[in-house]
Amino acid sequence: MDKIKTIMFKEWSEVFKNRTVLFSIIFTPMLFTALPLLILFFSRGDVTGMGEQVPPEFMRLCPPGLSPGECLQVYLLSQFMLLFMLMPVMIPVHIAAYSIVGEKSTRSLEPLLATPISTAELLAGKNLAAAIPAVLATWLSFGLYGLGARMLAPNPRVLAAIMDPMWLAAIFVAGPLLAVLSVNFALMVSSRVNDPRIAEQLSAAVMMPVLLLFFGQILGLVFLTRQLVVMLSAVLLVVDALLLYLAVRLFQRESILTRWR
Amino acid sequence: MIQTQDLTRRFGDILAVDRLSIDVQEGEVFGFLGPNGAGKTTTVRMLTCLIAPTSGSAVVNGHRVGQEDMAIRRTVGILTETPGLYDRLSAEQNLQVFAQLYQVQEPARQIERYLRMLDLWERRQEPAATLSKGMKQKLALARMLLHEPRVLFLDEPTSALDPEAARLVREFIAGLSQEGRTIFLCTHNLDEADRLCDRIAVFKNRLLVVDTPQRLRSQLFGRKVIFHLRQADQPLADTLRGLPFVQDCTLVDNKLVVRLDAPETHNPEIVRTLVGLGADVLFVGELRRSLEDVYLQLIKES
Repeated sequence: MDKIKTIMFKEWSEVFKNRTVLFSIIFTPMLFTALPLLILFFSRGDVTGMGEQVPPEFMRLCPPGLSPGECLQVYLLSQFMLLFMLMPVMIPVHIAAYSIVGEKSTRSLEPLLATPISTAELLAGKNLAAAIPAVLATWLSFGLYGLGARMLAPNPRVLAAIMDPMWLAAIFVAGPLLAVLSVNFALMVSSRVNDPRIAEQLSAAVMMPVLLLFFGQILGLVFLTRQLVVMLSAVLLVVDALLLYLAVRLFQRESILTRWR
Repeated sequence: MIQTQDLTRRFGDILAVDRLSIDVQEGEVFGFLGPNGAGKTTTVRMLTCLIAPTSGSAVVNGHRVGQEDMAIRRTVGILTETPGLYDRLSAEQNLQVFAQLYQVQEPARQIERYLRMLDLWERRQEPAATLSKGMKQKLALARMLLHEPRVLFLDEPTSALDPEAARLVREFIAGLSQEGRTIFLCTHNLDEADRLCDRIAVFKNRLLVVDTPQRLRSQLFGRKVIFHLRQADQPLADTLRGLPFVQDCTLVDNKLVVRLDAPETHNPEIVRTLVGLGADVLFVGELRRSLEDVYLQLIKES
């Protein structure tokens, strides 16, 4: 455990001195928190009488008891709520993608691998170093959003709808699982390429599923429900376990040292 | 401390290390000489359990490579070809990371000890990136020693350093050998090997020869003595060539270059012979071959 902590704190000491990475860790959550709050701010006021022309199929997407205008407002906000699910995928990519390839390029990997640290300990340290800031940033942003929503929501019905337990599950359960998925994918890419920029670009592919969900919801093709969040979390749990296993298996010290020039 | 038996490593069709068998004694400074691409780094990586041998076996500090890798990693120190420091971390933080990974007892004391020993204490708070090449190398040396390993692997420790920094590093290595540590020194700096090593292995994918620098010289070129005369001629050279212990004698200007097995025994007789023939002997000296001559000859032969 001490070695895992050492790797984790070492990663943070390095990462938080890198302005580009630091900027993306701070700026992304700020932007993603501000967007739904701005929507709420500009759509605040009495919305009870708005949207009388909303079709009944649309109303089924909202919790019962909301007026069509309130439903429209909740629907609009829910598009941006998905950004809180994108955050734990997006932020760790910056850290994890650089994690192994960065050590290759500074040639610090060989002395590190010569120490009595196991592959599992090394990857666990790097995993936690990338996942913890992402999860904390997401939770902090969501907390700030919750506070803002309390102040800006037009009434308790809308507030209850936008702070639905589904979103709490999405942020507090699916969020960390998404972060682990993102980190392990980025670590696998990072250990197999020789250029930090390529590692970051390839690792960004892990954002695709959440982006598809985001655009699918905008286009009305899918809509995040409690059942879907539970299902998504269960699938993520399995995929994460598989990726953790693969990340350790694919991290071949020998190939990393000898194939890289 | 380090024994290998037919240690071999292939990379596809390329045979990087071919049946290497060596035995490095405790406290010995063992030079591993070879040109670039000879397989020196591959050998070090096998012995420090960074890569696995294709075949053969090795025992380092009593632990078998491939079976007790963690034990080997715990008890050896490695200085890689490039310092490989964390540039954004300070010199002290760099050492803290490795002290924790090696689970060093009293890490703060060890870190201070080596930073002071290597004249880095005053600059301990500075990021590694801001240090000079020589300082980075010294910091990497400190990192290698934190856990007090008895076996050290040094891969080209002075290759990128200016002469002054290289001298400091060499002096430090000499100090380490005086502490009784076993040192496996990869280098292609022949002067360095000559000064530091008890024995030298010349290696080019396979072991060409192992011996002390002194014996390598005499084995390859024999021992030669130069007799400076006031006036030398061919009959004098022919006379010396006729002596039973003289292997060869050549005339160069007013000098006779005589090849002998034991100059200490036969020089007086040669001098007596020359004086008896009426020659004025001005000066007698041994012709010393540099290790470079030995090395180049071996590599050429291979």
